[in-house]
Amino acid sequence: MNRGGSSPSAAANYLLCTNCRKVLRKDKRIRVSQPLTRGPSAFIPEKEVVQANTVDERTNFLVEEYSTSGRLDNITQVMSLHTQYLESFLRSQFYMLRMDGPLPLPHRHYIAIMAAARHQCSYLINMHVDEFLKTGGIAEWLNGLEYVPQRLKNLNEINKLLAHRPWLITKEHIQKLVKTGENNWSLPELVHAVVLLAHYHALASFVFGSGINPERDPEISNGFRLISVNNFCVCDLANDNNIENASLTGNNFGIVDSLSELEALMDRMKRLREEREDEEASQEEMTTRFEKEKKESLFVVSGDTFHSFPHSDFEDDMIITSDVSRYIEDPGFGYEDFARRGEEHLPTFRAQDYTWENHGFSLVNRLYSDIGHLLDEKFRMVYNLTYNTMATHEDVDTTTLRRALFNYVHCMFGIRYDDYDYGEVNQLLERSLKVYIKTVTCYPERTTKRMYDSYWRQFKHSEKVHVNLLLMEARMQAELLYALRAITRHLT
Amino acid sequence: MEKMSRVTTALGGSALTGRTMHCHLDAPANAISVCRDAAQVVVAGRSIFKIYAIEDEQFVEKLNLRVGRKPSLNLSCADVVWHQMDENLLATAATNGVVVTWNLGRPSRNKQDQLFTEHKRTVNKVCFHPTEAHVLLSGSQDGFMKCFDLRRKDSVSTFSGQSESVRDVQFSIRDYFTFASTFENGNVQLWDIRRPDRCERMFTAHNGPVFCCDWHPEDRGWLATGGRDKMVKVWDMTTHRAKEVHCVQTIASVARVKWRPECRHHLATCSMMVDHNIYVWDVRRPFVPAAMFEEHRDVTTGIAWRHPHDPSFLLSGSKDSTLCQHLFRDASQPVERANPEGLCYGLFGDLAFAAKESLVATESGRKPYAGDRRHPIFFKRKLDPAEPFVGLASSALSVFEIEPGSGSMSWFVDTAERYALAGRPLAELCDHNAKVARELGRNQVAQTWTMLRIIYCSPGLASATSLNHSVGKGSSCGLPLMNSFNLKDMAPGLGSETRLDRSKGDTRSDTVLLDSSATLITNEDNEETEGSDVPADYLLGDVEGEEEELYLLDPEHAHPEEPEYVLPQEAFPLRHEIVDTPPGPEHLQDKADSPHVSGSEADAASLAPVDSSFSLISISHALYDTRLPPDFFSALVCDMLRFYAEQGDVQMAVSVLIVLGERVRKDIDEQTQEHWYTSYIDLLQRFCLWNVSNQVVKLSTSRAISCLNQASTTLHVNCSHCKRPMSSRGWVCDRCHRCASMCAVCHHVVKGLFVWCQGCSHGGHLQHIMKWLEGSSHCPAGCGHLCEYS
Repeated sequence: MNRGGSSPSAAANYLLCTNCRKVLRKDKRIRVSQPLTRGPSAFIPEKEVVQANTVDERTNFLVEEYSTSGRLDNITQVMSLHTQYLESFLRSQFYMLRMDGPLPLPHRHYIAIMAAARHQCSYLINMHVDEFLKTGGIAEWLNGLEYVPQRLKNLNEINKLLAHRPWLITKEHIQKLVKTGENNWSLPELVHAVVLLAHYHALASFVFGSGINPERDPEISNGFRLISVNNFCVCDLANDNNIENASLTGNNFGIVDSLSELEALMDRMKRLREEREDEEASQEEMTTRFEKEKKESLFVVSGDTFHSFPHSDFEDDMIITSDVSRYIEDPGFGYEDFARRGEEHLPTFRAQDYTWENHGFSLVNRLYSDIGHLLDEKFRMVYNLTYNTMATHEDVDTTTLRRALFNYVHCMFGIRYDDYDYGEVNQLLERSLKVYIKTVTCYPERTTKRMYDSYWRQFKHSEKVHVNLLLMEARMQAELLYALRAITRHLT
Repeated sequence: MEKMSRVTTALGGSALTGRTMHCHLDAPANAISVCRDAAQVVVAGRSIFKIYAIEDEQFVEKLNLRVGRKPSLNLSCADVVWHQMDENLLATAATNGVVVTWNLGRPSRNKQDQLFTEHKRTVNKVCFHPTEAHVLLSGSQDGFMKCFDLRRKDSVSTFSGQSESVRDVQFSIRDYFTFASTFENGNVQLWDIRRPDRCERMFTAHNGPVFCCDWHPEDRGWLATGGRDKMVKVWDMTTHRAKEVHCVQTIASVARVKWRPECRHHLATCSMMVDHNIYVWDVRRPFVPAAMFEEHRDVTTGIAWRHPHDPSFLLSGSKDSTLCQHLFRDASQPVERANPEGLCYGLFGDLAFAAKESLVATESGRKPYAGDRRHPIFFKRKLDPAEPFVGLASSALSVFEIEPGSGSMSWFVDTAERYALAGRPLAELCDHNAKVARELGRNQVAQTWTMLRIIYCSPGLASATSLNHSVGKGSSCGLPLMNSFNLKDMAPGLGSETRLDRSKGDTRSDTVLLDSSATLITNEDNEETEGSDVPADYLLGDVEGEEEELYLLDPEHAHPEEPEYVLPQEAFPLRHEIVDTPPGPEHLQDKADSPHVSGSEADAASLAPVDSSFSLISISHALYDTRLPPDFFSALVCDMLRFYAEQGDVQMAVSVLIVLGERVRKDIDEQTQEHWYTSYIDLLQRFCLWNVSNQVVKLSTSRAISCLNQASTTLHVNCSHCKRPMSSRGWVCDRCHRCASMCAVCHHVVKGLFVWCQGCSHGGHLQHIMKWLEGSSHCPAGCGHLCEYS
């Protein structure tokens, strides 16, 4: 790693944190030598999570039953804020990693590593490096993609597309993988791999979105531990308990503001429900609204990082520094807005023409039995999960809000629901939330605590975790839909 | 004919005509619906909404309802339905949740009539009331069903399913007020149109979404539902609780289901994904579709019978952008291609065999044998005898159990123990082994030994007679030709059996062919006769083909070849003489027609030995006369050995190899020999025949084998006094200078085999202890223990 050498000037070695104005050295080893936080998440105060945990027998039971690592890892701890969901999550994850399936166990973990590497998610990589070795994987593979069999390497293309621009997946990609030859994939294997890839891309979103801390057990040191989770400034990683810094006081400052924000949001939701029948937008307008939302997501550039230093610099930095890039090829390939200005128009994915319930499920379940039911249950669970509360208010119907979140994610991936009025998104999701959603789903590695904090300030952490779950599942479903559609087209 | 006339009356005198045909649409279809007059069909999809006239030879586009420069989402149809009372009335369900009605009678180009924008989500289904002109029902993704009166602007009533999305709604054809709705969570609800507050009845029909339902056109209570769980279920709704009367398992999730007119038990289905075909099922025969239409290249999205009283025309629309008319008589019928027999082995060698009942009945003549010997468990399963119809097959399933012990390898153990492999002259060894084999009922093997003897030892008349004798005995003690014939005429009857044989890597099917060919020579017959001596029984002998019998029967294959080569020129006159025995097929016929013959041993015996003895004598004579050098046969013998080895009887191969020694060894490559040896030794060790295996190892000439018993031969012993390992000699301890193992009988040091009782650990010389135990069962050391030796 010749980080110093690659930088044109000494000044480029330093970054200015946009938040606390501290000067950061670009050298990651120094910056992230020790996470400053305790608890499972850097974003959520430890006590929030722990409180929930100690009460929960159910979680412990679930962990014993399904956890692949056999312990309560940080992801599980954060998710256990929503036990109902946690169960279906763990069940499906356990099934795809441990139960009968077309792929051998080490391969599954390696695919997980490949998927997580697309987002430089060292947390997941570390976790699965361990599991990979435990299940008898060949240690040499961990040296990078050049060391794995061609067959696995072939998966790289689809991994890349699926992670960043799933709409580009065509049946030709599938054909290339399954066409008979030395390194071909059988369809069930491919489906298994696709499910794993989508799962881990989405999970990476969750990990970054919820600021999951590295597991702290000393016995594991694969050399990855020291890699930065991100270009985090200390203040980003900081937990409320630990450091009182400028950003927090800033947050407190905005409380009055946010209270009224919340009221306004609830008001809008109520209005939306009532007004539905009266005000009907014309069809043209609906279409325009979708296009507008699609376009607008363009401008929602993922957050402050963009402003703090030049974009290109940021990307270079990312590429050079991450040790995880050994698991990927073409690391510069990232999310590109579905609706690019001035480019040829990609056809919108009509959700009604290829739905998860009707089509995706049948295909996936046919080729990789039972996973369909588990995923179906998980999607259903996350979509319908509600406690009828919003921040301090109770007995609120949050359906519209959940639907807006889910559909907004799909919108960014170019999936359109005919029966959805995308005007709602605009009304319900404030700009800071949109920034957050876009970052988490498209460039999760750029998520910062500031983004997490900046939206919905009055909401409970558990509710924000719920948002993350929604984003994660929506993203997974979007990726699956594109991949499965390509497979279906290949089949017909 | 009767049906035909009924159809004609129903159609008002003009029967439908047409052919199987299709036309290309511009875009994928989502749904189709037929006009009341059966002459027009409407196709709707995301970007298509057209009416086609069905003519005799082709579809003709009549009307494009998708008008306007920039088509709105209201025209993106998820479903379409044509009113069955009013030819001008259509309704569509749009993906954006709008229900649109269309009036073809409107003079303007735009036929759109009314727009109902009450649903919040995609409308999955619309349905007109079958008799009421103005009542329309819709079911939507938002979980609501709405009933519209077309004379009003709004819905008349809203029904809340209290659950997830509604996938289908269907008015009952018979009950004026009733409709059924199906849900994404697997439920089916029954509603009274007058009571929107709660459903009349609800039950869970499927696991996962129920995509479709259809009321039976004649039978009031029957409702067919199809779901994502790949099932079509038929429910009887007349009873207090909905009862599942039929269930059809398809291969993909069921997207549409439609009862076939005029056929009480038929329904058509198409699937949501993966499978593109349309199936017509007889619900009473749920495993094989009655008919199958394979025209579409992508999933079929809409099906409709062209006329409510004509069962032969089916229309379908598909994602592949085609509209098809299928004629029932052009359908492919999977039943005809299906294999009517099934055969399967159980874990312990039991065999189940299912075949058409008629087929089994023709074999009834043979049943007694099966019954006598093998205790078959016989099941008969008749499907719904009340209403038999063409194509309904009832099959008989027979399960044959293996005779206790017959699956065992006792013959192997016996043979291994009793064979003499060395230490005597070759002739004696061969005779001995032949005798052993014969006593175990393995006449092929016995025959082989005898032949080897003839080949390699100076032949004489004595041997010929003994051979002759053996054959005569063989054929009279057991039974008869029947076996082989049985085998022959069973084989063509039960095609699957031959198939099985092939799959088992067995060549018996070839044998059968060989047998039945008219070029049979007597020798073959002869061999078969002997084969039939096997303790196995015939019916099973061929049906079952368990390993042992395979070994026994298979050699038949080898021998026919062998004598053919063995008897070169000289044998011709003899063969000629024998040709007048009936040729194979005829023979076969005979026996099959008169199964009694097989029963009478006398008959068969009298038939068989005559031929066989002749032939065999002649063989030996021939050999005797020619004085061919034994080398002449060695290639043949090698072939024979390979044959045995391939058949799995590696025992025979190895035994012959050892017995013949140098005579054949050079002709078989080292590696093969080694392979045989290791397999045989492995087998022997599995049966705990350690001594035999050691003997084989010892007798083997292959280096790799003979070193097998040289490895790990050291037995380490510890001194019984100081507990230290005794390093130099096994009987005197170096440290305490005492003799470790004393014989309890003679009180001397035991230097060789030391045997001791595991109870009191006293022992001594093997011979001494054996002798002692003849007189007393107590320990010779006087410890009072009742010693036990195994």
